[in-house]
Amino acid sequence: MVEKRRFGNLVPHLILLVGVSIVAFPVYLAFVASTHDAATIANGQMQPVPGPHFLENYYRTIFVGTSSSTREPVGTMMLNSFVMAMGIALGKILISIISAYAVVYFRFPFRMTAFWIIFVTLMLPVEVRIYPTYKIVADLGLIDTYAGLTMPLVASATGTLLFRQFFMTIPDELLEASKIDGAGAFRFFKDTVLPLSITTIAALFVIQFIYGWNQYLWPLLITTKDNMQTIVIGIKKMIVTQDALTEWQLAMATAVLAMLPPVVVVVLMQRLFVKGLVETEK
Amino acid sequence: MEKRSVISGRLLPYLLLLPQLAITLVFFYWPASQALWQSFMLEDAFGLSSEFVGLENYAALFQQPEYFRAVGTTFIFSTAVTVLSLSVALLLAAMADRQIRGAPVYKTLLIWPYAVAPAIAGVLWLFMFQPSLGLVARGLRSLGLDWNPLLNGNHAMMLVVLSATWKQISYNFLFFLAGLQAIPKSLIEAAAIDGARPTRRFWTIVFPLLSPTTFFLLVVNIVYVFFDTFGIIDAVTGGGPAKATETLVYKVYSDGRLGGDLGGSAAQSVILMIIVIALTAVQFRFVERKVQY
Repeated sequence: MVEKRRFGNLVPHLILLVGVSIVAFPVYLAFVASTHDAATIANGQMQPVPGPHFLENYYRTIFVGTSSSTREPVGTMMLNSFVMAMGIALGKILISIISAYAVVYFRFPFRMTAFWIIFVTLMLPVEVRIYPTYKIVADLGLIDTYAGLTMPLVASATGTLLFRQFFMTIPDELLEASKIDGAGAFRFFKDTVLPLSITTIAALFVIQFIYGWNQYLWPLLITTKDNMQTIVIGIKKMIVTQDALTEWQLAMATAVLAMLPPVVVVVLMQRLFVKGLVETEK
Repeated sequence: MEKRSVISGRLLPYLLLLPQLAITLVFFYWPASQALWQSFMLEDAFGLSSEFVGLENYAALFQQPEYFRAVGTTFIFSTAVTVLSLSVALLLAAMADRQIRGAPVYKTLLIWPYAVAPAIAGVLWLFMFQPSLGLVARGLRSLGLDWNPLLNGNHAMMLVVLSATWKQISYNFLFFLAGLQAIPKSLIEAAAIDGARPTRRFWTIVFPLLSPTTFFLLVVNIVYVFFDTFGIIDAVTGGGPAKATETLVYKVYSDGRLGGDLGGSAAQSVILMIIVIALTAVQFRFVERKVQY
């Protein structure tokens, strides 16, 4: 601290507390709503304290589903979200680490062309090419499949750039030493590059898992069957705007369940998360 | 920068690149070029034949008042979210940067909304502001305000702006905090010795030194508002009421889905691609500058 303050750090604490409360309040309210019954919420009588219907609401949400719209139970949706998020995260890591390995450690014709072909995809988010991409996936017969959900989102330049950047920092001497030991491309990758890359892989995994879990537009287009829906899509269909039929207590339980996995990942792996976030944006 | 020592191999590097290149070509380049091609074509009502019409789809687009309305909506939306989320995040980061007790706890408590899906963030705010049963909406109504985002376009816009801002604060906070912590403390101490009060120190020293971070976040936030807020808009308002919250990305989606106007939808996609490319180029020029700096 540069100078002494009369009231210590009262003002920063107050501002931060207000900030934290504003950030937490919508989620707290969603949790509260998920523990009340439908009538209390619909009457507008809900008080901001938890009610007695926690177990009942969550049981119905996960195993039964909402009654008004004959939707799938949220358990199925969570499984779909999980498969999609893992598929995207692991797929991205796998294809980008080997392509970065090729670009950094080999010399071959069209090396930089290949790099630029990958690099330019940074500029084409799925939102700007939705219908043509949809048509291609439909033509390939991948509607309502996990492959259709994940594959178009697996390729992106972020991972390749991140691994390329990291590989450049690995000292050349390691490759020399490994060559002297008679190791080939595969052994150098497995014994040297991969162990050194663990932190980078983990950081990328955290970011891409969140990215995959939170996808919205793509699953909305590509899933037509209820049992292929992801949870982020499912919740939207539970909320019938201007309609008293919305079962808000179940919708809010779904919202809590949809937030839980990615938020837990961020909180438990905060260091990796921050590293991943800062490095993928470079 | 290049490696001095390399591995020999003729076929192997191509095999390693194959998965990434194959997916990129099939799911990125092919659809993007389709969009570009379709934007020059006019398809008949049954989709049986199409003819080359040059820039007619673009001309038709620029004659649509709805298109300019979507441009205006996008502009208002992105300005509001960017300004709001950047200022709140900067305030919180400046506070968390002081050496106060519990700073890491505050940091954890402020960054987790990054992990919440945009659509879920929208649903949370919709629940609070739902006119008949939302807790905050009831408060507003008891104050005599006729709050109804389902009918009033301005209210709907405020709701999506709030949801989008709420979600984006954590990201901006994290980068501002990192930026603040990178500023040498000696500069601030020197100014303090010269008698500058904290507020003056902030605006004359800290804020200018933070400008690379601010500029970077400005671009990232605009891209966020353009593309990632699709889920918020779809979940909260569906572009309504009366298209009051229809942004450019939402319009591509709804035009392509409802009307069969493939050419017009493709032309809109191409314009969006040009916007992203321009923003990315700006961002990279800035990154290069930062490296020299």
